[in-house]
Amino acid sequence: MAIALEYDYFKPAELAEAVALKARFGAEGRFLSGGTDLVNDLNDESVRPEAIIDLKGIGALKKLEMTSTGLFLGPLVTFSELIDSRTVKSRYPLLWESAREVASNGIRNRATVAGNICSCVPCMDSAPPLIAYRALVLIRGPEGEREIAAAEFFLGPRKTVLKDDEVLAGLILPRPPKQGAAFLKQKRYRGEDLAQSNVAVLALEGKEYRVVFGSVGPTPIEAEKIEKLLRGKAMTAKLAAEAKKLVRKEIAPIDDLRSSREYRFLMAEVMLERGLKAAADRLKGKGPAYGTHLV
Amino acid sequence: MKKTITLTLNGETRAVDVEPNDILLDVVRDRLGVKSPKYGCGRGDCGSCTMIMDGKTVRSCLILAIEADGSEIVTVEGLCRDGLTPLQEAFLKHNAFQCGYCAPGMTLAATELLERKAKPSREEIQEAIAGNLCRCTGYTAIIDAILEVAK
Repeated sequence: MAIALEYDYFKPAELAEAVALKARFGAEGRFLSGGTDLVNDLNDESVRPEAIIDLKGIGALKKLEMTSTGLFLGPLVTFSELIDSRTVKSRYPLLWESAREVASNGIRNRATVAGNICSCVPCMDSAPPLIAYRALVLIRGPEGEREIAAAEFFLGPRKTVLKDDEVLAGLILPRPPKQGAAFLKQKRYRGEDLAQSNVAVLALEGKEYRVVFGSVGPTPIEAEKIEKLLRGKAMTAKLAAEAKKLVRKEIAPIDDLRSSREYRFLMAEVMLERGLKAAADRLKGKGPAYGTHLV
Repeated sequence: MKKTITLTLNGETRAVDVEPNDILLDVVRDRLGVKSPKYGCGRGDCGSCTMIMDGKTVRSCLILAIEADGSEIVTVEGLCRDGLTPLQEAFLKHNAFQCGYCAPGMTLAATELLERKAKPSREEIQEAIAGNLCRCTGYTAIIDAILEVAK
């Protein structure tokens, strides 16, 4: 099947050149990284760009490295590269577990974390862990660079804070806390599938917890009522059951072709309970190994 | 805006003129004459268009041909230039394919896995081929064949 649309293709070698091209084409210019979303969008003509700006010629955007401020995750880093990174597995296990749940190996070899959050479909798997780790999104525009908390990046389905002349230039994950983590994703079957719902759970020292749900609202939802309930308390089955009762006050799922709203509520509750237990156990060096399917 | 791209396809350097809206799968099949990768879903879900690009399996239905400039691509034709590989022999022995539409993609997915890890577990094999759909539902024989090579 050929793409019926016609457009120009650019492959800049420098970020400044990419930004200049984006400024020139505005909303009619689309960035290309892995292409696993964009080529589908071109096929069904849900986007009709005049120009495609391929970022893969910009070497600096491929970096994945620890710096003094934390992990720099370049916008061209693929899910497979995250999964293969020992640093990510040992220091950011929540992100590592979520990367393993994305689509299939052939997609993960190409698709990028940055592309996932820029596409900003509500079922994206990368957003909840990034929010839980308090990641910063680096944004470059003609006027220079700005940064924004991952939690502020998402405005609605397929809508982010990125302006027409801006590019996502990188993600920074602050230096990792001592943590127990668990990412759970419910899908129709355990192969490649988009999320019916997902949840990222972090258990931190000092009895702090972070809980971020995905695919159960227009944007990812940090469960602040649940986090408040849990704060300062040791994890027990009774406490997890209490937290479970708050799920319906936190999330706002819809009925769609992948799941009913009610099933999303029920699974979010089950996943929260299992995630809290696994994360709290892992904080103590116990519990199932990272990568174990909990759903 | 035609552009000449150059890529290595199954060990041979090939040059071809492409438009920015040409899909890699179409160019490889229709212009370069390599027919094992198949059009299936056209959305990256089924894996029948799988190619190995710079050492990794990709969905060639979701790659613009122009993106592949300078890359190295391997299809099943490139795997078996010196005869069938042990993996292909195992697929034959286990009668792993019925209609054969998924076979090239399955073969490449399993080849990539075995290159990364000589002795994968059954679960790792299942994960590696999770994005390669077989509608004859021959998964058991396919997995058994891969496991045999992995021993």
